[in-house]
Amino acid sequence: MSEHITRRAVLKNLAAMVGGILAMPAARTCKAAVQHGLASSRAPAGYDPFKHKWLMALDVDRCIGCGLCVEACCRENGVPEGHWRTWIERYVITKPKAGSGETRGETMVDSPDGGKEGFTESLVPKEDILKSFFVPKLCNLCEHSPCTQVCPVGATFEAPDGAVLVDKNYCIGCGFCIQACPYGCRFLNPETHTADKCTLCYHRITRGLKPACVEICPSQARIFGDLKNPVPDDPLQRFIANNQVEELKKSLGTGPRVIYAGLDEEVR
Amino acid sequence: MNATILTNVVDALPQFEGYVYPNERTFHPLWSVLIVVYPYITGLVAGAFIMASLVRVFKVKALEPIYRLALLTALAFMLCATLPLLCHLGHPERCFEIMMTPHFSSPMAMFGFVYAWYLMAVLLLELWFDYRRDFVEWSKTETGLRGIIYRAFTLGVTDLSEPALRLDARMGRIISVVGIPSAFLLHGYVGFIFGSIKANPWWGNPLMPIIFILSAVVSGMALCVFAYMVLCWVRRITADMRCLDLMISFLFYAMVLDAAIEGLDWLHRLYSAEEGIEVLKSVASSKLFYTLLIGQACLGTLVPLLLLGTMQLIRKKVADLNRRRVYFSSTVLILIGVLAMRWNVVIGGQLFSKSLRGFMSYKMEFSGHEGWWLSVALIALPFIVLTVFIKFFLAQDLPTLENVVPGATPRTGSHPAQA
Repeated sequence: MSEHITRRAVLKNLAAMVGGILAMPAARTCKAAVQHGLASSRAPAGYDPFKHKWLMALDVDRCIGCGLCVEACCRENGVPEGHWRTWIERYVITKPKAGSGETRGETMVDSPDGGKEGFTESLVPKEDILKSFFVPKLCNLCEHSPCTQVCPVGATFEAPDGAVLVDKNYCIGCGFCIQACPYGCRFLNPETHTADKCTLCYHRITRGLKPACVEICPSQARIFGDLKNPVPDDPLQRFIANNQVEELKKSLGTGPRVIYAGLDEEVR
Repeated sequence: MNATILTNVVDALPQFEGYVYPNERTFHPLWSVLIVVYPYITGLVAGAFIMASLVRVFKVKALEPIYRLALLTALAFMLCATLPLLCHLGHPERCFEIMMTPHFSSPMAMFGFVYAWYLMAVLLLELWFDYRRDFVEWSKTETGLRGIIYRAFTLGVTDLSEPALRLDARMGRIISVVGIPSAFLLHGYVGFIFGSIKANPWWGNPLMPIIFILSAVVSGMALCVFAYMVLCWVRRITADMRCLDLMISFLFYAMVLDAAIEGLDWLHRLYSAEEGIEVLKSVASSKLFYTLLIGQACLGTLVPLLLLGTMQLIRKKVADLNRRRVYFSSTVLILIGVLAMRWNVVIGGQLFSKSLRGFMSYKMEFSGHEGWWLSVALIALPFIVLTVFIKFFLAQDLPTLENVVPGATPRTGSHPAQA
């Protein structure tokens, strides 16, 4: 057997391996070009996604649960009835029972109609409530998106500017991304039969506007900005500097680009 | 009118308990019963092939009677494996995108390739090399449609010389050797589709592909035993007990391994008690009580293990007829148990919210595109295809077919368990 291993053969194999490694970037470029040609973000001509890096910040202490953001999102994006690109959750944490040795009682969460119509008064008597707060939710724009990772055809993808998008003309509607999203942000659109989710109002932000939910929020609980092009006295930079910021389900390592201030440990 | 009332009553029943994310408040899970059927059928393919490989690769002579039957079973189920997926897709007409522009980081993207490889490079090739000699012989004697089919399947290669036949046998063996890891790959990847979803604590688990492979082997072997016994019963011949006993031995040991790994999975989950364990325990003990604890654990695993284990110990003392009865009922239980296992994995993972604060429920539709009827039809279809295959390729009246069910002797009987 050993007489078959010659220097020439070894060198040939090594050269083939090096050649293969060198060819990889070219192959990747080709693949990216094909994907670019097939998957569309619907951004206007002239918009360069490499020159932006979008980030959404949410201030839990500022959210009043009015639901205007949810309604604006549904109207702006034609979100089908019973599905949500953004929603608001209400957390009601009761006081611990006397002598229980606990720091808090029961945690109750609700989001009637996604919080679109606001919230009626909680059924828990005021004197029993330890604390209560609203948490706006939307696509977490993960840096390492589990949803784009599992898409079998690459119809959903991370744009260079941080948005995670779905090409509804390419999606096969298998639902794998919906299962893979840990935050429940995706749904199967009953009209297009494809995956749907928050796009950060891509049609607006690529034209210099803010997402509809940010635009309408009366309490400035939603702060949106471009990390690559900070404006003078940038609200996003101020938010990051002045708050302890956190992300949802950090242990999953998804690297969300939606950050929160004032997040309670009960929020998932 | 009655239907409307019924719909209203069903809608009025509580669909959700606790808090579930608004997008999870759908009337049935995203992956419904069709996605239960899909891994079930794929698993049967992999298991039946492993059974056939025991003859070719491991040279288990006693199993030769079921070699062709096992391969044809694998092929019949393989041809139907994609149908549940296709029926489920939102855009089935775009399914070829999976192969044209695959996204390589997706476990699902590899499906097209693994499927094509397994079908074209393993199953069809192995069957062709195995059948080539018979196709040539049959094409000489058979006329009409059969004659045309056999002639076409020779693919024009009619050389029956000694070296040519030796090459057939050698190729068959090589393909079998390649086929074993391919079968594991085919079903391991199905397990990985679920195991890779870290968002869902019921699914995201490195043991998932292994559990899927082992349960596939168990179900496929059980299917081979089932098909062999039914075939013997239909043809009114007595089954080869040596072959049957050996198949059951392999099935029993595969089951022991499968049950051990599934037990280990639960032991690990309960012991590590990570976030969400309370939800999982609740799903297992209440929502999936009948399918998991009764269907999968008791009827599908414990009872057959006890029955087959007892048979391993006292085989010689039990009359053939009784043994066949035990074997037949055990395999039926195993087949139902593995179907329950697929249900528990697929549906169980969608009965609780990813917020880990609430539960959903599943009311399966009777008709409709994700309903009971379609799933029953999709499970029945491979059996119909298999019947056609048996008519054409395992027919008793074909001249050179001593190995249809060799060792089997003509008999009269009326029940599969008596076959």
